[in-house]
Amino acid sequence: MFRILLRKFLEVFIFLLFIMFVSFLFIRLAPGDPVLTILNVDELSVSQEQVEAMREEMGFNDPLLVQFGNWLLDFVRLDFGSSYSTGQPVMQTLMSALPATAELTLGALLVMLLIAVPLGSLSAVYRGSWIDTLSRMLSIVGAAVPSFWLGLILIDLFGVRFGNLPTMGRDGFASLILPCVTLGLAISSVYVRLLRSSLLDSLSQEFVRSARARGLSEGRIFWLHALRHSLPPVITVFGVSLGSLIGGVVVIEVLFAYPGIGKLVVDAIRQRDYPLIQGYILIMAVVVFVVNTAVDLSYRYLNPEMKLKEKEAHR
Amino acid sequence: MKSIPLRVRTRAAKSKKHSVQAIVAALFALLVIAASAYTFLVLKHDPTLTDLRGRLLGASTLHPLGTDHLGRDVLTRLLLGGGQTLGYSLLALGAALVIGIPFGIVAGYKRGWVDKLFMRIADGFLAFPDTIVAIVLSGLLGAGIGNLVLAIVIVKWVSYARLVRSTVLSESQKDYIRIARTNGLSDARIMTKHLLPHIAGHVLVLASLDLGKIILLISSLSYIGLGAQPPTPEWGAMLNDSRPYFQSRPELMVYPGLAIVSVVLLANMLGDYLRDRFDVKKEVQP
Repeated sequence: MFRILLRKFLEVFIFLLFIMFVSFLFIRLAPGDPVLTILNVDELSVSQEQVEAMREEMGFNDPLLVQFGNWLLDFVRLDFGSSYSTGQPVMQTLMSALPATAELTLGALLVMLLIAVPLGSLSAVYRGSWIDTLSRMLSIVGAAVPSFWLGLILIDLFGVRFGNLPTMGRDGFASLILPCVTLGLAISSVYVRLLRSSLLDSLSQEFVRSARARGLSEGRIFWLHALRHSLPPVITVFGVSLGSLIGGVVVIEVLFAYPGIGKLVVDAIRQRDYPLIQGYILIMAVVVFVVNTAVDLSYRYLNPEMKLKEKEAHR
Repeated sequence: MKSIPLRVRTRAAKSKKHSVQAIVAALFALLVIAASAYTFLVLKHDPTLTDLRGRLLGASTLHPLGTDHLGRDVLTRLLLGGGQTLGYSLLALGAALVIGIPFGIVAGYKRGWVDKLFMRIADGFLAFPDTIVAIVLSGLLGAGIGNLVLAIVIVKWVSYARLVRSTVLSESQKDYIRIARTNGLSDARIMTKHLLPHIAGHVLVLASLDLGKIILLISSLSYIGLGAQPPTPEWGAMLNDSRPYFQSRPELMVYPGLAIVSVVLLANMLGDYLRDRFDVKKEVQP
C-alpha cells in the first residue's frame, strides 16, 4: 500500500515539476514582457529607468541558469512570489480563495448525490419503468448540455424572472444555491446511469439472494449490501473525472462571478499573471493527489478482497 | 431455449433505435443545410458587420432569427459559429489522432525504448487531469482559440496513443501478424497494411465519443474568455457577448445554447452508433 502511494506521489510530483519548468520557460520567453505588464497596471506611462530597475529587482538580468536555480529554490520553499496584477503574495491570495471553492464544490457534490442516489436506485429497482426511461432521457440530454448554458438559464429563471436568488458573488447561503445546483445538475447525469448499472449488477449477485434467504428485509438488503457493493465503480469514476469537475468549477465560478480560485486563475490567465497560474497548478496537484489517495483508500475499505490480492501479489 | 427469442428482440430493438436516431440526424442535417443555403445564397449578411440602428431586432424575413446587440444577423452568426465550433473541434481531434495513432502503433509493435518513453509520458499525463492541463496550457500560451486547440491536442494525443498501443499489443500476438512476419513482410508494411485497419474501428469509436466533450470544452472555455475571442461567431463566445441583453431578448440566449446541445447530442449518438457497430466493449472511460 505504502509503495503504491509513494509511486503515485512520485508520478504527480514529476509531472508537476515538468509543468512548472514549462511554465518557467513560458514566463521568460513569452512575448509580453512581465515587467511591462506589472508597471502598466495603472495605465501610466513608464520611463526606461523604471523598467530597468524593476528588471534588476526581479532578477531578469541574471543568466537564465541562475534564474532557474533561484526559481527552483523558491519552488521548494513554496514561494511563488507576488501576483503581477495585485502585488499580493500568490500563496496567500490562493489560500484565501480556497474555502469559497471548497464550499461550492462540496455543495455541488451534495446536490449531485441528492439527484443521483434516488434516481439511480429507483431506475435500477424499477428497471424498465417510466422512471427508468426518464432517467435515461435525462442523462442523454444532460451529457449534451453545457454547464454554463444551464447556469444562464437557471439565472434567467430563478434569479430574474420567477425569483430573486442571488446570481453573483458570495454572500451567505442563498448565493450558493444557484451555482451548486447548476454544477450538481451538470455532473449528475453520469452518476445516475452509473449507479443504476452498478446496482443492477450487484442486485443480481449471490449475496443478495442469500441475504433474502436469510430473511433480511428488502430495505436492509438494499442499503447495507447492494448499495455498498455498487459504490466502488462510482468512486472510481469520480476519481477519473475529477478533472472535469475542477474544470466545471472554473466555468461556474466565472459564470456566477464567484470569488474562488477558479475565477482567480481565469483572471490571472487573461492578465498573464504567471506566478498566480503556477500557484494554481501546485494547489491542483495537491488536490488531485489527495483525492486519488482517498479514492484508493475507500476502495480498499469497501472491497476487502483488494487487500488479499495485494498481499498475494507481493509474495 | 429462452435466450434465443430474447436475443432476437434486443437486436430488433437496437436496430429500431438506430433507425430513429438516423432519421433525427438526417432531418437535423437537412434543416441546417436548408438554413445555410437560405442565409448564404439569399440573404448574404456579413457576420461581423455591425449596424447600430438595427440592434436587437425581432424575427423578420430579412433577419429570420433577428439581430444581436450590435445589429448583426443572428442566423448567419449561428451557422458560421457551427463551422467554427465544429471545425476547431475536428481540427483538435484530427491532429491528436495524427500524432497519437503512429506513436501508439510503433510503441505497441516495436516496444523497446519508444514504448518505455511513451509509457513514462502517458503515466505523467494520467497523473494530472487533462481538463486542468488544457486550461493551464492555454493559459500559459495566452487566451485564444488557436492556443486552446493546441492545448487540447497536447492532452488528447496521449489517450489515443494509449488505446492504439494496447490494441496493437494484443493484435501482435495473433496469427495473422505472426504469419505476415514469417513471410518476411517489412515492419512498416505490417504496421500500415495489417495493424492500422484493425485498430481503426476502436479509434473511430473513442474519437467520436470524444467529439462531444471537445465541443463542450471549446464552447465552455470560449464562454469564459479563454477560447474564441469576441467578434468571432463562436457559440460560447456569442453567449458571453450578448449576456447583458438576455433579460429583454431571451432568444439570444436560447439559439446558441440549443445549437450546442443539438450538435453534441448528434455527436454522442454517432459515437453510440459506432460503438454498437464495431462492437467495442466499454473499455473507453466514461
